[in-house]
Amino acid sequence: MTTRIFEVQDVRYCYERVVALDGASLTVPSGVRVALLGANGSGKSTLLRLLDGLYFAESGVVRFAGEPLTEARFEDESFSFDFRRRVGILFQNPDVQLFNPSVFDEVAFGPLQLRWPPEEIRKRVGAILDALHIAHLKDRPPHRLSGGEKKRVAIASVLVLDPQVLLLDEPTAALDPQSQGQMIDMISAWKDTGRTVVTATHDLHSVEDIADYCFVFEAGRVLAEGTPSDILQDVGLLRRTGLLHSHRHTHPSGEIHSHPHQHHDH
Amino acid sequence: MGSHGFLEGSIQGFLRALEHALESEELARRNGLLQSLDPRVKLIGTLGLVLAATTSRRLAVIAALFALACLLAACSRVPLRTLMFRTWAGALTFTGVIALPALFLTPGPLFWRLPLLGFPVTLTGLRTAAYLVSRVETAATLSMLLVLCTPWSHVLKALRVLRVPVVLVVILGMTYRYILLMIAAAREMFESRRSRTVGRLDAGQRRRMAVSAAGVLLSRTMQLSGDVYLAMQARGFRGDVYVLDEFRMDGRNWVWLALLIALGGAAVWAGRS
Repeated sequence: MTTRIFEVQDVRYCYERVVALDGASLTVPSGVRVALLGANGSGKSTLLRLLDGLYFAESGVVRFAGEPLTEARFEDESFSFDFRRRVGILFQNPDVQLFNPSVFDEVAFGPLQLRWPPEEIRKRVGAILDALHIAHLKDRPPHRLSGGEKKRVAIASVLVLDPQVLLLDEPTAALDPQSQGQMIDMISAWKDTGRTVVTATHDLHSVEDIADYCFVFEAGRVLAEGTPSDILQDVGLLRRTGLLHSHRHTHPSGEIHSHPHQHHDH
Repeated sequence: MGSHGFLEGSIQGFLRALEHALESEELARRNGLLQSLDPRVKLIGTLGLVLAATTSRRLAVIAALFALACLLAACSRVPLRTLMFRTWAGALTFTGVIALPALFLTPGPLFWRLPLLGFPVTLTGLRTAAYLVSRVETAATLSMLLVLCTPWSHVLKALRVLRVPVVLVVILGMTYRYILLMIAAAREMFESRRSRTVGRLDAGQRRRMAVSAAGVLLSRTMQLSGDVYLAMQARGFRGDVYVLDEFRMDGRNWVWLALLIALGGAAVWAGRS
């Protein structure tokens, strides 16, 4: 039987007067790669922060492995350490995540906070930098890195803890095509590894590669769910949620017109 | 100054700040004498030499320490031009303003009288000014060498030898990292404004533009600091800060530490009155 790693029940969350989540409910089974699809402002990023115990629901419940995620629960140091060890989050803007003066310090930050032994930290940091082909950046400050390098360092800072659950917020945003491809390859490679991956994205182009199951968001709630192929075939749903855009092109006759368009069709 | 002068000046200022940061990082990676030493050796050695320069009562000793700083710069492949523009000129201007009145106001035997104005320059005043300027120039040169030949993150970590609290070291490191990010953001903001500005802006408009840019940057800083705090929490931060000490002292570093301390001690002894 598949265990549920996350359960979200009728969750509401507001930023002052702006409602970000309004009765969102979903279940994420363990070991499955899930995509949260939706236009900007549909509540995907807010949900990721709730799943990571950074925000707490105003009403409704978020559970991790059956345990409700509340502020009081995170005051328990052993629960907090265990949760942070098991769940990692990649922020959309890597500058938020890279706050240390060098790449080595950045990747070592998480293990240090979890009080790992220094020798173990050096070993694990070295190994993860090698695995992501960024060992040569070890002593570089974050402001000297390209967008793709920053994203890889941010990923390394999360993966160094070897989390069972990864929460990724727009992992391919603002990357050049080559870096986008590398990121998608990495998420694709996590299929059937037992790792749970929740990716917030509005990029339909890669959804079949990075997800086994999708939730479509609109105005802070789940509008639809299904396999990537089910969701991608529902043009009406994608158009309604702002995931399709009009594509202007010229026919051989010289006529120019526009119609809704999915990149994965081409 | 016209609108373009104001915008150009601001953009050039941001670029200069970024260039200085990049130049320092490039110098810190060069193959040179000081770059090859452990940051703690450099920090303690620099402090010893700065102490000797600031307490010395003999100009010859201060001059010898200044010559030593220049020699260290040459061995560390730091161009004297960089020191001249980034240290000597600034230190001379700053201390010159303070030292100038001492030339005329300090009582003592007459050394020279200013033509036309007739103000007397006293020998004691000249010596006082020379001490002030030479001490500051020497101390600033030694300190600048430390910063130019050591990555900033290593300088901060080395401060822990002096029992500086870990939390302060981490805050300073984060401040440096985000100041550079905000300078880049400010530069983009001004470049964007320049691309949409036609004609001249009057003084009031320039002031409003500067104030609104400061407001936007403050707002971005607040947003960023909140997000950074969340990112720290997400990786296990619970209020206490831990850092990894990567420095390793070998025999060569111990020799250099002993040498620099000995030089500093000798300079303090020789500089007694």
